[in-house]
Amino acid sequence: MAWDRNQMAARAAQELQDGWYVNLGIGIPTLVSNYIPEGVEVTLQSENGMLGMGPFPIEGEEDADLINAGKQTITELPQTAYFDSAQSFAMIRGGKIAMAILGAMEVAENGDLANWMIPGKLVKGMGGAMDLVAGVGRVVVVMDHTNKHGDSKVLKECTLPLTGQKVVDRIITNLGVLDVVEGGLKIVECADGVSEKELRASTLATIVA
Amino acid sequence: MKKVYSNAAEALDGLLHDGMFIAAGGFGLCGIPELLLDAIKEAGTKDLTFASNNAGVDDFGIGILLQTKQVKKMISSYVGENAEFMRQYLSGELELEFNPQGTLAERMRAGGAGIPGFFTKTGVGTVIAEGKMEKQFPTGADGAMEDYIMEEGIFADLAIVKAWKADETGNLVFRKTARNFNAPAATCGKVCVVEVEEIVPTGSLDPDSIHLPGIYVHRIIKGDHEKRIEQRTVRQKEA
Repeated sequence: MAWDRNQMAARAAQELQDGWYVNLGIGIPTLVSNYIPEGVEVTLQSENGMLGMGPFPIEGEEDADLINAGKQTITELPQTAYFDSAQSFAMIRGGKIAMAILGAMEVAENGDLANWMIPGKLVKGMGGAMDLVAGVGRVVVVMDHTNKHGDSKVLKECTLPLTGQKVVDRIITNLGVLDVVEGGLKIVECADGVSEKELRASTLATIVA
Repeated sequence: MKKVYSNAAEALDGLLHDGMFIAAGGFGLCGIPELLLDAIKEAGTKDLTFASNNAGVDDFGIGILLQTKQVKKMISSYVGENAEFMRQYLSGELELEFNPQGTLAERMRAGGAGIPGFFTKTGVGTVIAEGKMEKQFPTGADGAMEDYIMEEGIFADLAIVKAWKADETGNLVFRKTARNFNAPAATCGKVCVVEVEEIVPTGSLDPDSIHLPGIYVHRIIKGDHEKRIEQRTVRQKEA
């Protein structure tokens, strides 16, 4: 037993605090918006130039001029504001976005993050990920604990080219939640039905008490 | 001085030359200067360098100039949706310089603002930092020193952008997320050509609601836009 994609997204949604401006990455992080807790108001930023991102449109109401950073059609909300890409990243770099929730290929025990490039494979680009991890207040990674070969993605050191150096604050995986602290990672909680022993066995990073 | 031209070919007349550097607006297929890209294809201008967040898809956007091998180099943050792009890149026909998305936007903004270089935390400790000047600033907690890298402003020969509305003096209004890179790209070209959906009489735009003042805009055309959607995503109507 472990968390599935939706349970991971629901757990990540618990990180959100009332009044925060938040950027959600592509993949599981996008699902986080389905689980925003009752009474918590967060404003979602889309780095292509929008604050106050609404849900997908009803069929027939798609607008080519209104997309998210994943190029999907979306809608606006009463509080929506639009701006250009330079201003969008000014607010990201300027630390105005409280938190980014992102996917990852690898995370290291010092908070290094790799999520954009596998040498020798097709490289699509980093998009806004390097700017986000360098600029936002808090970086939470949501990913599977191991890759499809069963190898840990939670490492002593990243093997892939970095997206950012010492940037990750918290890791949420299908097996549990870990914080980046002095000296390594600290277990915050284990996923439902996952023992601490199992979590440790799937983690190559140093786990501090 | 007349800024309104009758079509894209006329608006680009005298501005194109082989080996030139063009900054283009757009994010994915949203807000791309599709008519001007078509006209550049028709003109056959070669060895182009583009600063553009993306490279379009195979048959739309900058992708059409890849088909005709008119592009020498792309400066982009993400090029995922384009098979011909990948083929040319992997075979060495096409140069690619990845820029983090915010760095690319700021490079355009800076170039347009007369700032040849700036320092950013983005990319510190990554391949992006290789070969770049590094400097520390006391921006951390309690004045702790933090690492920054220098990035350079973009000064392009030509900017091509898409806006929603223009008046006859080139004041621009964009629509929703189609603003994206269009505003910073418009500022960083020696000449800026804009395509819009509607040209309105001067005086009919609210001066307080102009997104980009006409000082940045040299030539304007109005045309019909396909405005293709890349990822049509919908939800079910709630009962």
